[in-house]
Amino acid sequence: MAQSVMQPLGRDGGMRSKSADGRPMKAVAAAFIKPNDRLTSFERLEIYNRQYWFRLRDCFYDDYPGLRAILGDRRFEKMADAYLAQHPSECFTLRNLGRNLLRFLEAEPKWIAPNPDLAMDMVRLEWAHIEAFDNEARPPLNTDFLAGKDPAKIRLRLQPHITLLHLGYEVDEFLIKIKQGERLRNEASNAIELRRSRLRKKLRSRLRSKPVFLAVHRHDDAVYYKRLEDGQYLMLRAFQERATIADACEQVALCGLVTGDIGAEIRSWFQTWATLRWFCR
Amino acid sequence: MPANKFNAFTDYGIGIGLRVPHYSHILSEKPTVDWFEIISENFMVDGGRPLKVLDQILEQYRVVQHGVSAYFGSAEPLNREHLKKLKRLVKRTNTPWLSDHLCWGSVDGRFTHDLLPMPYTFAAAKVTARKIRETRDFLEVPIAVENVSSYAEFHVSEMTEWEFLNEVVELADCGILLDVNNIYVSSRNHNFDPYDYLNSVPPERVAQFHIAGHTKYQKYILDTHDHAVINPVWKLYDHAVRRTGKTATLLEWDARIPSFEEVHNEALKANRFIENLEAKPIAA
Repeated sequence: MAQSVMQPLGRDGGMRSKSADGRPMKAVAAAFIKPNDRLTSFERLEIYNRQYWFRLRDCFYDDYPGLRAILGDRRFEKMADAYLAQHPSECFTLRNLGRNLLRFLEAEPKWIAPNPDLAMDMVRLEWAHIEAFDNEARPPLNTDFLAGKDPAKIRLRLQPHITLLHLGYEVDEFLIKIKQGERLRNEASNAIELRRSRLRKKLRSRLRSKPVFLAVHRHDDAVYYKRLEDGQYLMLRAFQERATIADACEQVALCGLVTGDIGAEIRSWFQTWATLRWFCR
Repeated sequence: MPANKFNAFTDYGIGIGLRVPHYSHILSEKPTVDWFEIISENFMVDGGRPLKVLDQILEQYRVVQHGVSAYFGSAEPLNREHLKKLKRLVKRTNTPWLSDHLCWGSVDGRFTHDLLPMPYTFAAAKVTARKIRETRDFLEVPIAVENVSSYAEFHVSEMTEWEFLNEVVELADCGILLDVNNIYVSSRNHNFDPYDYLNSVPPERVAQFHIAGHTKYQKYILDTHDHAVINPVWKLYDHAVRRTGKTATLLEWDARIPSFEEVHNEALKANRFIENLEAKPIAA
């Protein structure tokens, strides 16, 4: 039954007439489901088949508003169906439904043509958002922790809710505007559907290719997208790769990404990151 | 009878499901609510707003956990990691009992996220009961299993749904979360008398009731939890509660969720039937 329930729907939105191995679904359903005076076995099984797909599509629709805006609703739905057919949920929670999306799209970029890089950037950002929302926050460290310690021996950890992204497009601003638009839509009515479509087009046309370094993190239970300078990104990446503070500083210095007093600059970064409680044990 | 070992001898009244659209109202207005039911899976996370809100709720309200993914009826063994997460939440909420559904929904590690009906066989009852017992022993809280709404019946079934429910709860020695709306929905979908179902349920095992709304289609009824409770369901509730005595009752409203007041007022309609109990009890 599970196989039938999880089988992709047909083009008409109903259960397919043939099973994955080519058997008529009417016969498949009749073999284990009783008909009643109103519904055939096929129709009874179809209720579950449709519910499965509606539930997963709804969840995906909510989790990826940015990708939806880039692809358009129809292309997004086709891509989502193909992804979910290949990667059914393997977790008790629908929260992880998109866990394999990046891998899927890397293998099958046809779903996000003609601008796969843009779509992939958005997928990275939207998954980082999901992670930031409810990943663990460990007890934070403040900069006092570093006093008197040897930077060549200290390795700092970043909070598990932080994802560092190096993007090729300003998808962070795009996503914020799309989400604002969706909120307005929810609060108003479907009458502004046309305006939503225009807004998407306008925002898409303004999306520029530009390197963006971003930390997606949580602060006071809200998710934020914090733009980083390239040197900051390099240093935080080094921490994630378990470099010592000394090694991370050296990497930044060697790249020549910071002009002026590099020591003062790095101290100021640390202050900000400690205030945001990004470092943890 | 209402306080029994399956609800940890508590005396909970009428509660509602804790849902996201009501968070800010509840936290700011602090309305009087006897208890909230939470969907366990929504809070089996490592951090963030869900747990923060839950902790704030726990400071002021009684909370009972209700799950949607234990899948006692699935053939695969219980997932220990899942149970550990669930136990962490049980310790956090101090839930007096924990409920989940008498259904299956996962195969070979793949989840349908649905509450699929079981084949009503003795073999299935045995496997299901064993998993319920294992879960109870691991979590160290009483378990109540909920009857689900269904849209299909299996050729292999050897008994009625209510006979299967009774078989499972006897074998597992667990409680019942009796969803009277689900009984109504299934009775219409499968052409049985819902009162036959109700009259067969051992009242001493009923830990809790669920009431809810549903959606009627031309050929079947779907359990959508997006409407108020209809009168035939209230009548079933009236009958059920006269058999069990006053028992913890919860209104589920999960889609097209109206204001907090509307949901709570709908739930409080159950009082009409509870208040009449002494006048019109039905012998068990």
